[in-house]
Amino acid sequence: MNLKSAEARKFRQFDLKKKFRISESIIQASLFFAGILSIFITIAIVYELGKEAMLFFNDPDVTLGKFLGTTKWQPGIGQYGIWALVSATLVTSFIAMVISLPLGLASAIYLSEYASSKARSILKPVLEILAGIPTVVYGYFALLFVTPILKSIFGDQIQVYNMLSAGLVMGIMILPLISSMSEDALSAVPRSLREAAYAMGATKVETSLQVVLPAALSGIGAALIVGISRAVGETMIVAVAAGSGPNFTFDPFKAAETMTGHIARISGGDLSYNSIDYTSLFAIAMMLFLLTLVLNLISQQIVNRFRERYE
Amino acid sequence: MSINSHYPQAEDFRHALNARYRAASIWQALFLSALLIAIISLLALIYNVLDGAFGFVAFDYKNDPAAYTSTPMSELTQKELAAILKDNLSSGAYNKLEKEQPLEKRSQAELYTLFLERLVELDTKNTWSMTESLLHENEIRAEVARKYPTAKLEFRSWLTPQFLVTPMSSKAEFAGVRTAILGSLWLVGIAILFALPIGTGAAIYLQEYAPKNFLTSIIQTNINNLSGVPSIVYGMLGLAVFVRVMEPLTSGSVFGVTDANGRTVLSAGLTMGILVLPLIIINAQEAIKAVPDSLRQAAYGVGATRWQTVWHHVLPNALPGILTGTILSISRALGETAPLIVVGASTFISMDPDSPFSKFTALPIQIYQWTTRAQSEFHAIAAGAIVVLLILLLTLNATAILLRNRFQRRW
Repeated sequence: MNLKSAEARKFRQFDLKKKFRISESIIQASLFFAGILSIFITIAIVYELGKEAMLFFNDPDVTLGKFLGTTKWQPGIGQYGIWALVSATLVTSFIAMVISLPLGLASAIYLSEYASSKARSILKPVLEILAGIPTVVYGYFALLFVTPILKSIFGDQIQVYNMLSAGLVMGIMILPLISSMSEDALSAVPRSLREAAYAMGATKVETSLQVVLPAALSGIGAALIVGISRAVGETMIVAVAAGSGPNFTFDPFKAAETMTGHIARISGGDLSYNSIDYTSLFAIAMMLFLLTLVLNLISQQIVNRFRERYE
Repeated sequence: MSINSHYPQAEDFRHALNARYRAASIWQALFLSALLIAIISLLALIYNVLDGAFGFVAFDYKNDPAAYTSTPMSELTQKELAAILKDNLSSGAYNKLEKEQPLEKRSQAELYTLFLERLVELDTKNTWSMTESLLHENEIRAEVARKYPTAKLEFRSWLTPQFLVTPMSSKAEFAGVRTAILGSLWLVGIAILFALPIGTGAAIYLQEYAPKNFLTSIIQTNINNLSGVPSIVYGMLGLAVFVRVMEPLTSGSVFGVTDANGRTVLSAGLTMGILVLPLIIINAQEAIKAVPDSLRQAAYGVGATRWQTVWHHVLPNALPGILTGTILSISRALGETAPLIVVGASTFISMDPDSPFSKFTALPIQIYQWTTRAQSEFHAIAAGAIVVLLILLLTLNATAILLRNRFQRRW
């Protein structure tokens, strides 16, 4: 009997069950907290933006009809037509996409289908440098380089601050993003598809445009959507070059203020909390957040489905 | 026979083939030209900035320098300048300068600037870009002689060593980026202090600990989405949370600092930290993912706990990747402007930030301020500040690339 219990005790010393270690659990708990913090940040964004935006919409003066149905924005004197800001965002983003989608796509096709590895090693860094330039520098470029050029082409039809110049430069800014996302999509297309096309006697261009491009279309769609979300959220280029003051117009030669530009200008001054000016900014920011969130979610969904197809 | 009849034969065939080859080369040229447009845009941007940072400037003295001294201006010594300033400045202004730093201890260049700024009152009439200055020198000289008969014309670089070390001034000729650079450093320092430990922790959790469940996939999706949120929205979050709700903490009033509101470098730094957090997490995750599983298995095999495995084996091997990601985040934080405007960077400030509760400005904020001014001399110093910022960013990114190439191990 004695022997048996002694043996059992000895055995227990080499117990292979997982031991509970207090320090390990503390570490794991704090790592978990770090991981979950990002959720809190999202909640904080939604809560804070939502709270102030609710204050704005609960103002008896603000009605949904006014917000969506009129075209003048000046919360200080009771004008709440958000279209005055949305129109400029639409125009600048549209111009930016018209520039960046074809250029980004074409450069992606060149990089993934044509360029030798040596050419790639020179061309890729150029795009990376473009992607790394701060947007305020692009703003300087738009106002002091592109606008004077546009002025010399169009003369007095075009205003000093105009949406065209901001949109064009924004297109250059988004080009590297579209290019690198499209290139990823193109190079994910299996080689066998290209070889099959060559075997049928297709030229390289025919292969690229009629076989590879359609196969990568969903990835390119994702790039387009991320590009749009970037254009909508871009602030500094439009704040510097597109003009200050809400203006309901779709004429790219005119000055107008985008949603982001408006937030930057108004919040830059001394703003008293609880004023309608203050809460209205949060309503705009909430719209921006929801819009970009939906766009990003859609693009991720597309990318995920696309990946599954070829793996 | 019937199949062949549908296809072009002989001469026709060659025609069709040539047309296809032509189309091919046209398309290829189009693809390449897209890249060329990108390259040209980059070169144009760099040219535009450099073009603005150097050039002719026409200036005049409001008060004749000869009224203060008989020595030619270029030969004034430090002692003479100190004496001139003492004799001619109002006693209030002089005492204020003495209080900031005694005049005898200041350098000749600094006193000379003071002399020009306070006594002679240098007045810039016009500036020209580098290209204009080089190509149309004679026209410019003629124009200056006609419009401003007493003005002097000088070719100057707006980017000088002096520009880096002088604080902000209301006159472009005497303004510098010292306060802005220090503000940017404070900002980035606070942001990284906040985001690096939390970001790395989150990445470790997601790669090494997290079970594959609904919560984990929510966290992952959420992080990817956060990285796509416009930076100005982070600015609004910072304004609402750090500047307003946490004002007692971020203004320092709980620590006895009284002369500040919530618009401090601490608020801005934390906002920036939240902005770069998703970036740091995603990069750290990639770095940790690249560490081969055999290393972990070997550690577990000799009886290491999970944390011991992570701390002694996974992290050291993932470190270069994490650092590269951190440097890229720093350069992102250095260039961000919009959230700083919203959180409330001071537009005019000449005091160095000396604590987390200081008011602040930053390099991109100064660039924004100066670019939006109407006078051309402010555009010139904006260009100078852009050169400083771009050189900083280029250095950082080059370091990141070197680090990646030097330490990247192929498993």
